[in-house]
Amino acid sequence: MPISPSSMINQYKFEDESELRDLFITVDDPESHITAIETFITYRVVTKTSRGEFDSSEYEVRRRYQDFLWLKSRLEEAHPTLIIPPLPEKFIMKGMVERFSDEFIETRRKALHKFLNRIADHPTLTFNEDFKIFLTAQAWELSSHKKQGPGLLSRMGQTVRAVASSVRGGVKNRPEMFTEMNSYMETFSQKINVLDKIAHRIYKEEREYFNEMKEYGPIHTLWSASEEDIAESLKGVASCIDKCCKATEKRMAGLSENLLPILHEYVLYSEILMGVLKRRDQIQGELDSRVDALSSKKTEKDLFSEEIGKLEDKVECANNALKADWDRWKQNMQCDMRSTFTNVAENNLRYYEECLATWESFLASQTVDLHVEEDSEDRP
Amino acid sequence: MLHELLFSSSKKMEDCLAKKMEITVSEAEKRTGRNAVNMQETYTAYLIETRAIESQSEGQCAPVDSLWRRYSEFELLRNYLSVTYPHIVVPPLPEKRADFVWHKLSADNMDPDFVERRRIGLENFLLRVASHPVLCQDKIFYSFLTQEGGWKEMVNETGFQLKADSRLKALNATFRVKNPDKRFTELKHYSDELQSVISHLLRVRARVADRLYGVYKVHGNYGRVFSEWSAIEKEMGDGLQSAGHHMDVYAASIDDILEEEEHYADQLKEYLFYAEALRAVCRKHELMQYDLEMAAQDLTSKKQQCEELATGTVRTFSLKGMTSKLFGQENPEQREAKIKVLEEQIQEGEEQLKSKNLEGRDFVKSAWADIERFKEQKNHDLKEALISYAVMQISMCKKGIQVWTNAKECFSKM
Repeated sequence: MPISPSSMINQYKFEDESELRDLFITVDDPESHITAIETFITYRVVTKTSRGEFDSSEYEVRRRYQDFLWLKSRLEEAHPTLIIPPLPEKFIMKGMVERFSDEFIETRRKALHKFLNRIADHPTLTFNEDFKIFLTAQAWELSSHKKQGPGLLSRMGQTVRAVASSVRGGVKNRPEMFTEMNSYMETFSQKINVLDKIAHRIYKEEREYFNEMKEYGPIHTLWSASEEDIAESLKGVASCIDKCCKATEKRMAGLSENLLPILHEYVLYSEILMGVLKRRDQIQGELDSRVDALSSKKTEKDLFSEEIGKLEDKVECANNALKADWDRWKQNMQCDMRSTFTNVAENNLRYYEECLATWESFLASQTVDLHVEEDSEDRP
Repeated sequence: MLHELLFSSSKKMEDCLAKKMEITVSEAEKRTGRNAVNMQETYTAYLIETRAIESQSEGQCAPVDSLWRRYSEFELLRNYLSVTYPHIVVPPLPEKRADFVWHKLSADNMDPDFVERRRIGLENFLLRVASHPVLCQDKIFYSFLTQEGGWKEMVNETGFQLKADSRLKALNATFRVKNPDKRFTELKHYSDELQSVISHLLRVRARVADRLYGVYKVHGNYGRVFSEWSAIEKEMGDGLQSAGHHMDVYAASIDDILEEEEHYADQLKEYLFYAEALRAVCRKHELMQYDLEMAAQDLTSKKQQCEELATGTVRTFSLKGMTSKLFGQENPEQREAKIKVLEEQIQEGEEQLKSKNLEGRDFVKSAWADIERFKEQKNHDLKEALISYAVMQISMCKKGIQVWTNAKECFSKM
């Protein structure tokens, strides 16, 4: 299944680093696989690159959702205080979309495409080894590589530790900057969630409006059948309403292709960012608790200064990485919001301009008729 | 505006009242009073103002006369006109109760918007009657406009209620008439179709209005969120804030748009109700035609009876004939008397039939003339209504373009 032109444009309009790009990734062609145990979908991932560290310049592999999940968790482990892009959720709770419906698969495909491209554009993540393997390894190679990494239990353990330590520490010595970030993210998270809901409401209302409009036009055509003089005018109105109806459909499509996915992505991003801030706090917490433990023991301080030094470095690294990535994320967010909402406005403008043209041409046709009528009445 | 509408729609109008007198229903007022069973009730009274139109001489205007009427008096007037002029398509009144409402409109008769639209509808009704070549000359109508006290008694004294045909009679005639004028049959079908299609249209329009309202109002939610979000943003803040303001403007704009559309709906409703008036004329024709057919049938059977008595042959079965066979024939004097009576009745019957025939033909002629007048009016008015609908849509689109152009500029500055 070829990629739609609009999503290709999205791909190139992506980030300001696009001129420096040497890695191009597309996700397409969902395919259903049915085994004895389960049914699942794989997606084709095509990579084109000029980078030296890649053996070839072009790769084509098939990946399923699980593989993406694996990649994400590997990136999180390797870079705990970097902002890893969001993955589409496992299921959609809203219950309107069936698990393997075309709509669901397409939405997911677009989100997965976005996910990989955001990683490719990230100055650090793009060089991650697991990322390279994800893009290039054949199915069996990937499975065996996956088994080598830390298992499920260790991942769970990390989560537990993260929760435990976030309860405990990192907050009292937290640099001002990160407290500000935290407070920003709390508000941002609230607002983006509300926006997401609003956008869905708008979509729903537009769809209901569209459904009623579909019935509205044809009534005028029906009426014209029992009229003579005004039949043409009625048919004209019917045609205008039908055209406006189609324009509404386009407007709806614009929303669902652009605004809804972006807002959803940033809802997920806000969760990710809260998580990243917590992880930073956790790393800081490890340092703080170690320092507290050791300061109670007055002797043997030199023995542990190396250990403290390492922890302090770890904290500094984490802070710097997060700060840089945060700035980058904010800029991207601003850019994304600007272009998405501008697109929404353009969509609406197009809608109203189309409807305006339709009704104006109807009006012109009617007033021409009136003038003709009046002229013929004046003649004796 | 309606004046021009009425004048332009039938240029062949002679000295109708509307040309001599300015008529407006200018105010509506809530009143409380006691009704027929002495219970307290609330109703709305409407102020009718009239003024003679001077022929453009000095700047002097004639004085304004005014009186108050309530809806039930308008109903009485219309009933009177329908009964007194059955060959005329009598203009309809605006609806008694709010119908075809969408969720924002209330179905309450006391709601100020409903009262306002009804005021306009009642003025429209009076203007239509005043510009009708026949109806405008009616004295009762003139008194309705000019005589406050005693008008009700005056109407009732005309005894018009006695002239009204019973519903049952009319229904019976519709089913049993054999040879109605084909044009009236077609007209009845047309009015059924018109009524059905306009009802359907109004119902769907109300639903469309409801949905459109929803779309606009939901956008209003953007305003508050953008404003709150802008508080935590440095560079994006201004753009968000001002975009939010435009979203509020957008959401608010739907109220005026839909209010204007209600007037369009009212124009369609008038013709929905006109369909009933058309049907009333058709029914009257059917009633007269049925009456005529019955009278002709009666005459024929009387003539036959006469013939049988005279010649002694029985061709048709009759109970009387049977009983006289069973209980003995009448004597020649009795028979002679019967024939005389029948001959008188036949004479009467033939005269009646002649006049009924004439009546029927006159009715058809004058009714059809008014129907042609009505058709022209309807085509003109509906075409104008459709044009005004297009104008409304254009205005709505232009407003939308303005708002979203402004919003786009704000977004691009984020």
